[in-house]
Amino acid sequence: MKKLLTVSILGAALVAGTAQARDYDHVRFGVDVPYEPMEYRLPSGELTGFDIDLGNALCEEIGITCEWIVQEWDGIIPGLMSRNYDAIMSSMTINDERRQTVRFSDPYFTPPSAWFAPAESDIDSLEGMAIGVQRGTLQDNYVTDLFGDVASISRYSTADDMVLDMEAERLDIVFLDYPVGKSTLLDSEERDYVVVGEMITEPKEYFGDGFGIAFRQRDEALAERFNEALATLRENGTYDEIYQRYFGEE
Amino acid sequence: MELTTWLNELLSDNLIFTPQTLGYYWEGLVTTTQLVFLSLLAGLVLAVPLAIGRSSGRRWISLPIYAYTYVFRGTPLLIQLYLIYYGVVFFDGIQETFLWPMLREAFYPALIAFTLNTAAYTTEIFRGAIKATPRGEIEAARAYGMSQALMMRRIILPSAFRRALPAYGNEVIFMLHASAIASVVTLMDLTGAARFVYARYYAPFEAFLFVAAIYLCLTFAILYFFRFLEKRLLAHLKPA
Repeated sequence: MKKLLTVSILGAALVAGTAQARDYDHVRFGVDVPYEPMEYRLPSGELTGFDIDLGNALCEEIGITCEWIVQEWDGIIPGLMSRNYDAIMSSMTINDERRQTVRFSDPYFTPPSAWFAPAESDIDSLEGMAIGVQRGTLQDNYVTDLFGDVASISRYSTADDMVLDMEAERLDIVFLDYPVGKSTLLDSEERDYVVVGEMITEPKEYFGDGFGIAFRQRDEALAERFNEALATLRENGTYDEIYQRYFGEE
Repeated sequence: MELTTWLNELLSDNLIFTPQTLGYYWEGLVTTTQLVFLSLLAGLVLAVPLAIGRSSGRRWISLPIYAYTYVFRGTPLLIQLYLIYYGVVFFDGIQETFLWPMLREAFYPALIAFTLNTAAYTTEIFRGAIKATPRGEIEAARAYGMSQALMMRRIILPSAFRRALPAYGNEVIFMLHASAIASVVTLMDLTGAARFVYARYYAPFEAFLFVAAIYLCLTFAILYFFRFLEKRLLAHLKPA
């Protein structure tokens, strides 16, 4: 009798265990498109982007299948809560306000900032330069604190105003979110611009925690599996390969 | 030295009003004062001959001046500022001319826009005052055999300036407040400093209330200056 009880408890535990695991041999991601180059559609309608590729690679690493569900940004956290999908991977910045509602994975990406200047300019020191930034952005804070005393900083309301002044030669160099700079300056047909120096994502007090995958609070185990997979992908070079695909030099 | 320690103590539990942000406000105050003072001065110098021309009987003189004041009073100052700041760069080769070192800075395009704008308003204020010269004064001047220029210098302008004073005081205050738009072309004026502090500390109330208080103080100073001038120059108009 006792034996039977043990077996049945074990059996129940096993069934429960597999039921738990079976919940997540398939993960549905909520994503808001388009937000190039993180997530967008190819002309064929297929979803692509850094988030999509990394998400698929993570699922493959964990050994589960995954699916992407498009959801408007406004309803993206409510959609997670009402089980329309199991996780959000949509360039979501980790912050304390959101942490109250959702559980974040480790940060998988910090949007890089970069210095942009005209191709023919030859800059080796920022001293005395006219630097352009968008007012109130993290780039503004960074430049103000580091170079406020040695350079003259012009603050703009929009990136477009800044590009106009760059073309007018009022600015020597600007400091921008890399994706914004790429679409407004590097892809510009008026003049040739280049990225000066490295992409910048440090220090954290300026550039933040970066993007995380959001899960429901109770899915601690699932978040842990993604964290492990993320660490593995960073080590084995898959992460770098995906990063180069979207942020590499052309 | 004593002042800095006192200031540091005063600001010690304050997250927003640090010596650094107060420095920005100070810089803003200097920029705003320079901008407003210089543009008013230049506007005044321009407005006197323009007002004389505007009240001239010769249409080929008065009409172009009317067109100028009509355009600058008929369009928003913000648009004029945008046109002058962003517009000049569409002249090919402007970067190679001697003007560029000035136009490259945001200060001079803003100064030009503000000067042209205030000159247009001041011209119309003076023209009204010139028009309102009592006919008797002009007839008396003619009877003395004064030439047109002498009459303008001795009779018409002195009394017109006095009559224009209250209206001109208003224009000065309007100009101070209009200068708040200078920050859209990256100038770090008072409003620019407030916007910077707001964006940096997400503290709209503190940042803007503080700057509003500074504008109030400046307005008070202007009001009292004009009240003093009116007392001195319009004493003869007071009831006995």
